[in-house]
Amino acid sequence: MIAIVKYNAGNIQSVKYALERLGAEFVVSDDPNVLRNADKIIFPGVGEASTAMNYLKQSRLDEVLKTLTQPFLGICLGLQLMCKTSVENDTKCLDIFDYQVTKFDEAKGDKIPHMGWNQITFDQENPLFKGISQNSFVYFVHSYYVPLGKETLAKCEYAQTPFSAALFKDNYYGVQFHPEKSGVIGSKLLKNFMEL
Amino acid sequence: MLAKRIIPCLDVKDGRTVKGVNFIDLIDAGDASELAKLYSDLGADELVFLDITATVEKRATLAKLVKKVASSINIPFTVGGGINTIEDVEVLLSSGADKISINSSAFKDPNLISNLANNFGTQCVVCALDVKKDSRFKSGYQCYIHGGRIETNRDALEIAKEFTDKGAGEILLTSMDKDGTKDGFALDLNAMISQSVTIPVIASGGAGKCEHFYDVFTQGKADAALAASIFHFGEISIPDLKTYLVNKGISIREI
Repeated sequence: MIAIVKYNAGNIQSVKYALERLGAEFVVSDDPNVLRNADKIIFPGVGEASTAMNYLKQSRLDEVLKTLTQPFLGICLGLQLMCKTSVENDTKCLDIFDYQVTKFDEAKGDKIPHMGWNQITFDQENPLFKGISQNSFVYFVHSYYVPLGKETLAKCEYAQTPFSAALFKDNYYGVQFHPEKSGVIGSKLLKNFMEL
Repeated sequence: MLAKRIIPCLDVKDGRTVKGVNFIDLIDAGDASELAKLYSDLGADELVFLDITATVEKRATLAKLVKKVASSINIPFTVGGGINTIEDVEVLLSSGADKISINSSAFKDPNLISNLANNFGTQCVVCALDVKKDSRFKSGYQCYIHGGRIETNRDALEIAKEFTDKGAGEILLTSMDKDGTKDGFALDLNAMISQSVTIPVIASGGAGKCEHFYDVFTQGKADAALAASIFHFGEISIPDLKTYLVNKGISIREI
């Protein structure tokens, strides 16, 4: 059973539909016991970082999320909240990954948010990207990004800025793009996650 | 590199797609989810659904359609037509739409844009501008509302900037002069708006040939291009269009 983390950050409908299409069983929950006992965790999110973190703290989910041991997939804002801090309203995040989430520089001339289909390169060995071709296009919608670092699993570039399209450490995965909206490539990635 | 997007637009009425869609391999051309799935499989990068239902019960039928579409495709889609309130948007987004498009209601109350942006994020607020050449206006174009029937007495460029400042995430720019002509997008108009705002511009109106898409992505500086009938009637197939654009050096998502 997959548990989708229930909190106040945006629309999880698309993630639910994507899992339904893949025939996955899932629950949407903010109950620490349900989350701890799930086989897999999906941590989606669209929205603003500080509001989301406040909610997670109030419901004490912050401590739960960073101490889970099963395969965990953060999506978009979910990935950003897994980092140490975000410059979006100076937010302290979950600190699973030691990065500061930063905003794209409008002065570089590209339109912000980074919205649309962009190409990623990744560590071919990682099972999350099994069967996916390098330079595949996936769907992004974001104004803030995670810099490159040693946990970077996939890379992308926008506004002349290379950034982490995916992070990986232990059981924790996070993707900046939306696999639930990334066509067949995204479905493949979600399926790979289900099979971890 | 960020891909230029190809976006088919579907008109819907009473929960069904209309406007003479002509696909031989469709069992039911009025079934929005079936058509959406077909376009998604063909490589459309996004879809736009424009609701032209006039009745008050529309919200319920539209939400039902959005749910059906969202459960059958895995690419982003926008829903527009008669959206007036935060509640309208809430229903559509929670049913699975990725973005909503507003036109007349944004002119009546530009604060609706900021309210929507604050509630749901700028990325899901598309402002549709229907514009027509008019030398009385500084930019040379005037905006229209109510499906192009009513003049707003507002300059297209001014409005594009104002709506961007209010929190629009994208502009869907339709040239009423070019719409239906099939002789190419309004290149000057698109370039002018696209270069003056900091948000993506979707060009609409005038698509007839593959070259037109090339022109609007290069000279017209558009981030995405939308078309309806040429796709629906199979005059241009999306895979052929994409191959053409890739061969011409445009960044395009091929599937």
